[in-house]
Parts: sequence; C-alpha cells; structure tokens
Amino acid sequence: MLLLGQPIISNLFWGEAMKIDNSLLIQLESLSKIELSESERELARKDLQSILNFIDTLSELTTDGFEESTSEIVNSVREDAVTAAPDREAIMQNAPSVKEGFFAVPKVIE
Amino acid sequence: MKKICDMTAVEISTAIKAKEITVTEAVLAFFDEINKYDGILHCFNCTDKDKALKRAVEIQKKIDRKELTGLLAGVPVAVKDNILTKDFPTTCSSKMLNDFISPYNATVIERLLNEGAILIGKLNMDEFAMGSTTESSYSGLTRNPWDISKVPGGSSGGSAACVSARLSPVSLGTDTGGSIRQPCSFCGVSGLKPTYGSVSRYGLVAYASSFDQIGPIAKDVDDCAALYSVICGKDGHDSTVSDIGFDFKKVSADNISKMRIGIPEQFLCGEISEDVKNAILKSAEVFKYSGAEVEVFSMPILKYAVPAYYIIACAQASSNLARYDGVKFGFRAEDCNSLQEVFINSRSQGFGMEVKRRIMLGSFVLSSGFYEAYYKKALKAKRLIENEFLKAFEKFDIILSPVSPTTANKIGEFADNPLGMYLGDIYTVPVNLAGLPAFSCPCGFDKNNMPIGMQLIGKHFKEEEILSAAKAFQNVTDFRKRAPELSFGGESI
Repeated sequence: MLLLGQPIISNLFWGEAMKIDNSLLIQLESLSKIELSESERELARKDLQSILNFIDTLSELTTDGFEESTSEIVNSVREDAVTAAPDREAIMQNAPSVKEGFFAVPKVIE
Repeated sequence: MKKICDMTAVEISTAIKAKEITVTEAVLAFFDEINKYDGILHCFNCTDKDKALKRAVEIQKKIDRKELTGLLAGVPVAVKDNILTKDFPTTCSSKMLNDFISPYNATVIERLLNEGAILIGKLNMDEFAMGSTTESSYSGLTRNPWDISKVPGGSSGGSAACVSARLSPVSLGTDTGGSIRQPCSFCGVSGLKPTYGSVSRYGLVAYASSFDQIGPIAKDVDDCAALYSVICGKDGHDSTVSDIGFDFKKVSADNISKMRIGIPEQFLCGEISEDVKNAILKSAEVFKYSGAEVEVFSMPILKYAVPAYYIIACAQASSNLARYDGVKFGFRAEDCNSLQEVFINSRSQGFGMEVKRRIMLGSFVLSSGFYEAYYKKALKAKRLIENEFLKAFEKFDIILSPVSPTTANKIGEFADNPLGMYLGDIYTVPVNLAGLPAFSCPCGFDKNNMPIGMQLIGKHFKEEEILSAAKAFQNVTDFRKRAPELSFGGESI
C-alpha cells in the first residue's frame, strides 16, 4: 500500500522519460482509487508511456528564474448575507443509499 | 420568410416580437428537426418537448405584455450536459452521473431563463469533457452533420453539431482546451471561448478549474455576442468572475480598419493540412482587404503548450474528480463490503477509459517525487506562455490562427492513439493556458467539402475586438450561411 507523500522514486533525471512499469501503474491506481483490469492495465501502460514521453519535451524549456503561474484575478466576493440553501430532500434524492436522512455506507469500524 | 430553423436567434426573437411567429411555433419547428435527424446524429442526451411547449405559452404571454424584451426572449436554447439544470438530468455523458438530477440551476441557466429563453434539451459531449471527438460519451457518439462517418469534434460535439444541423438556433458549450472552438470548426459554426473569469462557473461540472469556461455556439457573430452578453458578468457564487461587463453594441465591423493582426508562423507549419493553411492565408487577405494590417510573427514557445496543458489539466482533473466516490451522489457499485470497496469499485465501473487515463496521469504529475519536475515545471511554462502572448499583444490587437490542423477526422481514427488526439489541440490550448478570449468561425471548406474554422485570439476581456473582426469577415464572406445537407432523415444505420 502506497502512502501519500512517500516518494515513488527518489531521483528523477531529465532527458530520459520515466518508464511506466506494472508496479508504478498499480501505485497510480491506488492513488487514484481506481482498479484496472489486466487488459485495461496493458492499454493504460502503453498510452501513459507515449503521453509521458511526449510531455517530457517540456524539459528542454528553460524556466530558471521564473515563478510558477498562479491566478492574478482578484477575488470578487459577494455580500456576506444569509441566503436560502438548496433543499435537503432534493440533495438526498441523488444519494445511492440513505438511512434516516443520512448518507449510508458499509460499516467502517469493526 | 425564412424557415424558422434557418433563422438566427436574434431573427427568431425579432420575429416573435413583431408577431410574425409565435414562441410555440419556434419551439415546434426545432423539435420537428430533432425528430427527423437526431436519431442518426445523436446530438442530444435528452430533450423535453412537453416542458418546452408549456414554457413557450408562459413566455409568449410575458412577451405580449412587454414584460420580456430581451435578445433571447422566446428563443429555444440547448445546453451541454455538464451544465447543471434542475429540470433535466445532468449526466456529463458518464455512467457515473447517469441518473443525476441537480438540486439547483447553474448561474448561466438562471440568466437564460430570466431572459425568457426556452431550454429544449441537454447535449452530448465527451465524458466529463475529456476528449476531442465526443466518442468517449457513455451515451454513444455524435455524428458530424456534414459527413456522418466523421466525428463532430469535442468535447462540445453535441453543442456544435446541433447548431450546424439546425436542431437548435444556439447552444452553450464549455471550453477547457478547445472544446468549444474545435467542434465549431469541424461542424462549420461559430463559437466563443470567453476570457477566463468572465462567465460564472457556478453549476458547471469541474474538469480543470483554472481553464474551464462556458461559452456560446451559434450560426453567426451576432448570436454569439447576444448569448454571451446574457451569460457573462459578476456572480456572487463564483469569486473568479470579474465585474468587467460586455457591451453588445460595441461589436462593430467598422472597428476592423484600425486593427493590427498577427499570425504566429509556428501555427502555419508542421502537421497542418494544405487546405487548412490555405484557408487561413486567404482569410488573412480578407482582413487586409477590409483595412486591417496583417503580419506573420514568431512565437517559438507555442510548441510547449500541449505538454504544459495536459500536465496541469490532468492534475486538476484528478483532484476535481475525487468527489465521485459513490457516497453522496452518482453511481455506486453493487455488493461492496467496505467503504474502500465503495470508492474503488464505483470509480472503476463508473468512469470510462479516457477519464481513468487522465486521473492517473494527474495523480502521477502531482505525486511526491514528480511534482517539481512535472507540475511545477508546467506552471512555469504557463507563465512563459502568458508572457509571450502579452508581448505579442503589444504589437497586435488580434492573433489569427487555425483552430485545428485538419478538418473533422473519421470516427474511430484515434481509438488506439490518445496522444494523436491530444496533438490536435495544438492551436487551442495556448489560449486556455493564457486565459485569453478566442472566437472560432467558419472560413472555408476542404476538398471533401468539410468545414474549416479560423481562430481569432484577443486580449483579456476584449471580446468586442475579436467579435468585431469576425463580423467584418462575415460581412464580406458567406461560409457561415452554408448548411449541411441532411439526406438521412428516417433512415437508420
């Protein structure tokens, strides 16, 4: 089980695209909360590898001395006033499982 | 008088106010076309004729009493299926949201309703707006009205195809990396990707939040401007929306005579088809003839736009789509024994392959060890691309370019080659990275009679400049007036 925040590999060198192997794929599935079938995994490995080889062209670009772009839009906020909230019943109607007005899931604590 | 389905939205509302036609007649005219052609084209995920007709009667009364006088009063409008509507399901063309009905309307929907527009249905798209062909839709693909063996483009494929086939006078699409402009180009209609921060995203199902914008699709510039003037502007539900408004009346073909137009040479070489390149060069001549100055210039940074875009967009997608967990709404897998199984099985069964691929790519570029090399690097590239555009706009008012390197591709052409599909976004994604407005409109046809589109990119919040230039172009050309011949009514494939 992969823990968030734990490096998948410790060193990354530019110039050679990272190899997507089965264990990396399984780690990505775990991070994404997705499980691929064997046939999907082979397809995903091939596609992600070609996409990764391509996005590695970014490594040619010199970005030293530049800050990352973040939004420069100044927040335009509304008046802090009480307004009507969406109807609770309408919200709960979309829930896959409801018990006594709450979202229901399989038991979490033994 | 013109057939109603060939009229523009502005013509329809004018005819209604002049009592030449009724709102009910307008609604019925488009439902007739939908009945004839949508079985084959599949532009719509759903329609509701009864509701539309009921509303038509109410709106007619308000127009008669002069309570509704706006540009879209009584006009039928269809919207992409990732924009929340209380009266229709919102599926995002995904199994994940197949039964989802929103408890509230998106801001753009509220504004359309206040204006007196009649919603007729929700439009097909690539699943969660991820794709450039509308083939990744869970509800099945949409066909291009000009050639039903071809795709309509994407992700707003249904939105562009329905206007092209005259199944709706106007529609709303959304654009994250070209999803309004490219299908408009493939289907021979006009569409505006507004400046980031000009249209509220409240009620738009998020894909990549710092690129997503809702925009109008129509048969001409005036309709796009009319629809845009209704949906844009400050909204308390989305703090990124600026209060810089848009004045419909500022759009004028006369403005072209003072304009300086630049064409990046990087957009005229490489994989571009000869037909597309020639159409763009001919369009440049039209602008010169209309009084603009046109010059080719160099912008080498553009080659890095596609990789930077896919890194940032997939990173944001992986975060935004974490909400689909099978708990509060959306699809839940059966027979789950633990909460973890609910998450994993619901997502594995509820998402299609393209969505899974982008979530996993996003997880990769954001994960510890890769974050600096990919995500942060892409954000720096985004900054460089923004800077280069700002530099170009010191010299030019507008940048002219193709929308897509080719015309519409065959259905299935990119089934085994997602990267090939991504590369087709080369002319559209730089605009999203820089947050600029861009207008896509028809400017020619290729040797197979498929429409070609051009893109006019403007300065931030200068929609009126690109729309004015497009209007000048429209006044001396008639590409927009050509409609596809639909000869398949009643057949089945």
